[in-house]
Amino acid sequence: MEEGAVLEMRGICKFFPGVRALENVDFTLREGEIHALMGENGAGKSTLIKVLTGVYPKDAGSVWLKGTEKPIHIKSPQDAQNKGIATVYQEITLCPNLTVAENMYIGRTKGPLTNWGNINRRAGKLLDELDIPVNPKEQLGNCSIAVQQMVAIARAVDMECKVLILDEPTSSLDEQEVQKLFVLMRDLRKKGVGIIFVTHFLEQVYEVCDRITVLRDGKLVGEYIIEDLPRVQLVSKMLGKDFDDMADIKSDTDIANIDLNETPVYEAKHLTGTTGIKPFDFEIHKGEVNGFTGLLGSGRSESVRAIFGADRVAGGKTMMNGKPVRIRKPLDAMKLGISYLPEDRKNDGIVGDLSVRDNIILALQVMKGFFRPFSKAQAEAFADEYIKLLNIKTASTDTPIKSLSGGNQQKVILARWLLANPVYLILDEPTRGIDVGTKVEIQKLVLKLAAEGKSVTFISSEIDEMIRTCSRLIVMRDGKVVGELKGDDLNQNKIMATIAGGES
Amino acid sequence: MSTNENAISSRKSARSFFGKMVRNQLFIPLAALLLLILFNIAADIFLHVETSFFKVVLEPSSAGNLILSGNLITIIDNASELALLAIGMTLVTSAAGGQDISVGATIAIAGSTVLRIVKGVSPNISGGKFAVVIICAFLLCVVVSALFGAFNGALVACFKIQPMVATLILFTAGRSIAAWINNNDNISINDVRFGYFGNFIPGIPVPTPVFITAICLGIIALVLKFTNLRLYAQSVGINSSSSRLNGINPKMIKLLTFIILGVCVAVCGFIKVSRTSSITYAVIANNIEMDAILAVALGGNNLGGGKFNLTASVLGAYVIQFLTTTLFRMKVSSSAISAYKAIVVILLIIMSSPFIRKKLADRKSRREAARITRAKAALDAGAGKESV
Repeated sequence: MEEGAVLEMRGICKFFPGVRALENVDFTLREGEIHALMGENGAGKSTLIKVLTGVYPKDAGSVWLKGTEKPIHIKSPQDAQNKGIATVYQEITLCPNLTVAENMYIGRTKGPLTNWGNINRRAGKLLDELDIPVNPKEQLGNCSIAVQQMVAIARAVDMECKVLILDEPTSSLDEQEVQKLFVLMRDLRKKGVGIIFVTHFLEQVYEVCDRITVLRDGKLVGEYIIEDLPRVQLVSKMLGKDFDDMADIKSDTDIANIDLNETPVYEAKHLTGTTGIKPFDFEIHKGEVNGFTGLLGSGRSESVRAIFGADRVAGGKTMMNGKPVRIRKPLDAMKLGISYLPEDRKNDGIVGDLSVRDNIILALQVMKGFFRPFSKAQAEAFADEYIKLLNIKTASTDTPIKSLSGGNQQKVILARWLLANPVYLILDEPTRGIDVGTKVEIQKLVLKLAAEGKSVTFISSEIDEMIRTCSRLIVMRDGKVVGELKGDDLNQNKIMATIAGGES
Repeated sequence: MSTNENAISSRKSARSFFGKMVRNQLFIPLAALLLLILFNIAADIFLHVETSFFKVVLEPSSAGNLILSGNLITIIDNASELALLAIGMTLVTSAAGGQDISVGATIAIAGSTVLRIVKGVSPNISGGKFAVVIICAFLLCVVVSALFGAFNGALVACFKIQPMVATLILFTAGRSIAAWINNNDNISINDVRFGYFGNFIPGIPVPTPVFITAICLGIIALVLKFTNLRLYAQSVGINSSSSRLNGINPKMIKLLTFIILGVCVAVCGFIKVSRTSSITYAVIANNIEMDAILAVALGGNNLGGGKFNLTASVLGAYVIQFLTTTLFRMKVSSSAISAYKAIVVILLIIMSSPFIRKKLADRKSRREAARITRAKAALDAGAGKESV
């Protein structure tokens, strides 16, 4: 084992039916360092973490921990914990109905009797030390997500872990909370804990990490000291090609082409939903990309769902190309040429156990009708075409979609709606939780579709993306449309101000 | 393209062919069937029986017709109802993610409906008129069963009640309703022609239920081929929310599967009462729902809904009947048969469990990993030599 290393993984292999998730991957974690594990979706980060934490048995390779002579065998997550490998997952895996202190010590008390007073005191002391602002007797579910995240870390720290894995811990935190988390991480680094940090945010990597290991397509690309690897190079290593600067995206789109005097492709007057949004007016023209923005819960998703008929519509008029239409259920909208890619990919988008092929043809098949199924050959041809077009990485068209990585699942859903050949495409958070490369691809695709004369509504919580792709932004707050920005007003400051409601 | 690749890989190694076979959903019911056949062959040899288990003979029946008889005929005859129910139960399981436990009771209702129509008919009427009566009785019992199916389906689809809880209502009330339809009378039909549908038609040596089942299987195969029932039911069963956003109406699909099951139940009820030309409300098709669910499970279908394989379920039904007949042959008393059946079923279910399947898949992955590591080591060694 290398001097100073707390963890060494050598030649790790893991296969899933049809997929080589990990092939001969090496990974070394040293004492007192924060080590970023980077890669696109499907690169093998999560699989490596899951092998390390005993969720998946490895197919080949060996793992050494500091203080052990022989390679260790990790049987289960419980076993990993006992050996000093603690994990904090993206989704909180603690019990929200227990108190903070109970969560920190659950499963680790000895004997049938527990002195909870004592436990509360110990928990309080540790939380103080780590500067986590929470009362140990507070019920965990009442704490903010950031605090819950930190309690999970505190639990790991108290188990005297040597290796702490943070899997996308910052994805649901705001800037301030992220800073608090970083303070905590630096503190632990000083105490000699080795931290593996998995994230999609490049800024955060450069802020706290010492070293970076890059994976691509299940293989190791390399391990780098942070100073030696500028951002652009990191991205090009992750993508395996020279980074296509995202700032370029918009340059070749010409907003002037859109004729705003023409009858809108879709127009809504006083559209009233049943999901807590105020009645709103909206229109979109041929070849236009517009966006709905606002904080989470501002009603941006609810608005587009009302347009698509995903939730019950209570009132208002809708028109397609000037003709009045009624959209009461998704099928009505689909038949009129409206497609909707939902925000929640897992629960509303994919049909997990079905094959990639069935997922791609689903919408078009439903539009075609119950009694007119596509032949197998036809379905296969559609699937092949779009797999190639969108560069979807899948073992075959028969692979269940749930075994694909997040970005590729999203591309399949996109393929589904592109195949339906809509005139108006609504994309609700199509870039959430997917890697940089795919994000750029999707944004480019949106602009290409608009250039072909389709209308697109694009929603993203990343304002940069919206500014790059949209020519008009509708700003929402508390279920109400509070502003419409276009042209020179489309800049970060103005958008922020409108969202916040300050007049600037 | 993919068939090409398949061909190549199967040529590459017989082992991967075997692996594919093991993963195939039909493997468990087929293997079970094969085991039962082997067991009976062995029993034939070692027990020194006079007539083989598999012997099928053409002999005159009590009515004087030439009919086929033998264990194999008994199996395909007696499994008819179960195979029919397996079709409907598989579809309901797929779309609704639960099972209908009221099928036995609804069979009683369907059978009782048929008898109510047929009982008043004089045995002297002409063949043509009799056929009209039978068709009317059959259609009415289909409508009644479909309505009861729709009732179950509405509870599940519209009121979001767990299928087992929703169907518990008819499970409890069904047999009473069946008795009420005929004022709890003991009915027996004297017209021999009524018995044709559950036994033999003169001149045809194969039991009629076998034909009825074959026709129904053919119909469902055509339905699956020429409609999107499979895609819709599976989508709804896997993710009803995203199905809805893709324009499918999950409520309609769930309702539809329950109605299809209702029609299957009607056919079963018709066969059942025709077999005996009478009905015993409390006993007819007793516990058949459990066997139907078992057939679905034996077929390797997820009882939580989603993907399904109808062929596997139907095979499962025949396996269950084969098992029962084998146990009778081994002189297991009828009261003890359930216990023996349970043992065999436990073995089969464990064999087809995700746990065992995962173990097998893991072993395969590890072998592949070892192969790659060896290949890489060889490559490294080669490179090492070159550099030296």
